[in-house]
Amino acid sequence: MNAPAKLRIATASLAGCFGCHMSFLDIDERLLELIDLVEFDRTPLTDIKTCHPCDLGLIEGGVCNAENVHVLRTFRQNCKTLVAIGACAVNGGLPAQRNHLDLRDILETIYETEGGLARGTHIPNDPELPLPLNRVHPIHEIVKVDYFLPGCPPSADAIWKFLTDLIAGRTPTLGHGLLRYD
Amino acid sequence: MALPLETAPHPETLKRVAIDPLTRVEGHGKVTLLLDADNRVQQARLHIVEFRGFEKFIEGRPFWEVPVAVERLCGICPVSHHLAAAKAMDQVIGTTLPPGAEKIRRLMHYGQILQSHALHFFYLASPDLLFGFDAEPQKRNIVALSALQPEIARKGIQIRKYGQEVIRLTAGKRIHGTGAIPGGVNKALTPEERSFLRKDIYAIIAACREAVELVKRLFEENRAHYEAFASFRAHAMCLVAADGALDLYHGGLRARLADGALLFDHFDYSHYWDVILEDVKPWSYMKFPFLRALGDCDRGWYRVGPLARLTLCDYIPTPFAEHERKEFLAFDEGAACHATLGYHWARMIEMLFAAETIKELLHDDDLSRADHVGLAGERRERGVGVIEAPRGTLIHHYRVDENDQVIRANLIVSTTHNNQAMNEAIRRVAQQYLDGNELTEGLLNHIEVAIRAFDPCLSCATHALGKMPLIVELFDAEGRPLDRLVRGADGRCQRA
Ligand code: SF4
Repeated sequence: MNAPAKLRIATASLAGCFGCHMSFLDIDERLLELIDLVEFDRTPLTDIKTCHPCDLGLIEGGVCNAENVHVLRTFRQNCKTLVAIGACAVNGGLPAQRNHLDLRDILETIYETEGGLARGTHIPNDPELPLPLNRVHPIHEIVKVDYFLPGCPPSADAIWKFLTDLIAGRTPTLGHGLLRYD
Repeated sequence: MALPLETAPHPETLKRVAIDPLTRVEGHGKVTLLLDADNRVQQARLHIVEFRGFEKFIEGRPFWEVPVAVERLCGICPVSHHLAAAKAMDQVIGTTLPPGAEKIRRLMHYGQILQSHALHFFYLASPDLLFGFDAEPQKRNIVALSALQPEIARKGIQIRKYGQEVIRLTAGKRIHGTGAIPGGVNKALTPEERSFLRKDIYAIIAACREAVELVKRLFEENRAHYEAFASFRAHAMCLVAADGALDLYHGGLRARLADGALLFDHFDYSHYWDVILEDVKPWSYMKFPFLRALGDCDRGWYRVGPLARLTLCDYIPTPFAEHERKEFLAFDEGAACHATLGYHWARMIEMLFAAETIKELLHDDDLSRADHVGLAGERRERGVGVIEAPRGTLIHHYRVDENDQVIRANLIVSTTHNNQAMNEAIRRVAQQYLDGNELTEGLLNHIEVAIRAFDPCLSCATHALGKMPLIVELFDAEGRPLDRLVRGADGRCQRA
């Protein structure tokens, strides 16, 4: 008999701090169990740089620039199930605090007027740099999202429960203690 | 003065190769190369492509909120930001920390060093070193490591887990905890918590010693390659203790020039701007700090982090790590000290130092003292907190008004100090390995190997506005327009 096909997972960090990815690694030794059940596509842990057709896509972070929009849409096209992991993906999180400020003004302060800068510095403007959006958006404003996993970050146990439910073909549920917002 | 390979004179005639996104590093970045018709590299740049603006939106927030807000800059070393901010706020409220509080913070910090260094080596970088820089890409990750070298993978997971547990018990949560508060910490460690952590620390020290041996062996087996790969002399900076010892929690700034001369020593970081300024280049959101005395970034850039610290400090105050430091310095008459790959070796020695320090701290009864917050004293407007984070010197600088609100913030994160050094490293690799060759995936990975050695945390770094007119439209899931942004030829962005 053939071994059951492994679930293919891709992950990305958009405007996030990588804390959600770190919390995923906080499953500790269970990572070795997981490796037997899934295979990884594009993630910051592998050298696969674009997302291919996958069963599951996990997105950390909101959308803050043009490149984030592109990556997010590619994930949606390729992933059967797309999950917003953590406060930033779910509602913009802390980076969205810049939403009530003027982007130009922020950039000017940081790159031109702040103390401690060399003389005559300017806002970076090379075409290689993706254009920042005026606001940081939660990912559901741009694509359809199948599941939302709150927390900053969601705990390793919550991520583990969620993944093992999905792998076993159950609808993921987070019981008492796992569904948290801090 | 222009640095070699930073800017090609006629970029429009060249072909562009991008490594995008950089993988197995923390955060968001890419590398672009411009090549001529003979595949000679004319330009190589590391771009940091994300812009956050933390310094701006923290303005107006109450100062006591800052240590838990700024750690969201980075989920890989949140404790570093948490503690640097708390140290700054200690000054704002004019307090002196009770001995137990400082020791708990130190414990938290060394837990952070342990987990971050283990994460970097075992989960991210080691596949390059163990399986070869141009191994098939499928082999270059933690999954392959756990299949091919399961013992090494398991040890790495255990070391990181232990560091995360130290953080959990001192900060309340493994990621984005709340332990440090202005003036101290919000709880002491119970004797039970200390004995829980003491149980495994000897096994962790042993595992760290094996990790040092592993990197040393790699150096011995590949001397010529490891010593030459992206190797260069550079100025260096870090904190050192008053007696010159390696201390990652507190000290004065020391900088040594590439030629070995000391530029400054035990410099009081509360006015760091007297010795460091920052430059900006159009092609990266990450700034370019430099040693002010040397005039500009092209002359004054420097290295920070494990390699800088191990070569700058006078000694390491724990026995196993000090022994290893001496071997590291003596290796091939100091060849490892200038090698980019020397960062890995130095990092593993620091990981051992962190484990040994944790062991000592866990035996200290001050950790369980009831007085873990100092009394507020004379209020000050300015607070500067500096710490040696896993990746290097981290500077937090705030001004707080009489209404307890932050009115100014400036952060220089560790990876930013290494910005020019990383660019230098990829240009060396471009010349050493890529120049004139047909580019293969394996060759391009050499560039990433050089960047990874610095363990950059691009998550902490920032992003820009171009000169070309550009329109970005954002539609929601149903295709309704959500946001539209127009960038004019003058680089100004407008909501349209
Ligand atoms: S939700 Fe929290 S942990 Fe996750 S990326 Fe955002 S700030 Fe980081």
